[in-house]
Amino acid sequence: MNLRRDVFQAIADPTRRAILVLIATQSMTAGAIASNFDTARPTVSKHLQILTECELLEQEQKGREVIYSLNPKKMKEIADFIEPFRKMWDDRFNKLEAVMKKYKK
Amino acid sequence: MELKTKMHAEDGKSDLTITRDFDLPAELVFKAHVEPELFEQWMSHEYGKVKVVKFEPRKHGGWEFETSGPDGTVVFRANGTIHEFVPDKKITRTFEMDNSPFDVQLEFLQFEAVTNDTSRLTINSIYRSPELRDQMLKLPYAAGLSMAHDRLQDTVGKLR
Repeated sequence: MNLRRDVFQAIADPTRRAILVLIATQSMTAGAIASNFDTARPTVSKHLQILTECELLEQEQKGREVIYSLNPKKMKEIADFIEPFRKMWDDRFNKLEAVMKKYKK
Repeated sequence: MELKTKMHAEDGKSDLTITRDFDLPAELVFKAHVEPELFEQWMSHEYGKVKVVKFEPRKHGGWEFETSGPDGTVVFRANGTIHEFVPDKKITRTFEMDNSPFDVQLEFLQFEAVTNDTSRLTINSIYRSPELRDQMLKLPYAAGLSMAHDRLQDTVGKLR
């Protein structure tokens, strides 16, 4: 059974962030990704597995190789995670403005 | 839609800056933060009514407020200490949520006049670690997901 992983925990790791940056411009095989890191290949594989479980990466089987590519939809979700917090404060401050405009009169 | 509230949270840092421009003089924005009845008005929302339990506007004074749900039970409580209180200009305070795993945070609120009728509020919050900051930022995100989930359950429940 695959435990659902926390996507924010996934991107907290510097190697995994580096993988995402690397893959952002082009799809790559696991081997090609690993060759960019000094880390042992099984370690890179583990990182790829975590990123895939979080749906940040998509896998495609091509012959004997697996090609990894970025899932832009999931990446956008992360970029947006701060938005509900900002929205909450924006709503509050809009209300503050309305309350104080009425108070002024 | 462009939100008037800006937020700056750098990756891996343990602080956060909120900036908001108001169509109000700085004194009124300040007043909204220090007059309990006004604070209660703008902090309350459809899911919760805010009540100021304690507010001592001075150095080393304490503050406390609570939020009650629609049925009147207290669902949220927060407290802290004021470290600096400069009328119309600045409040430095700590913020702590009751019964939560979050450590206390330090907040600097700065009120600046832009023109006679407009002003800017800058809040710089400092958390104990970048992880705690990110968890705090995710609270409304998580609440939103959970609310969407509840709505889904409601809808599915009615279909049965």
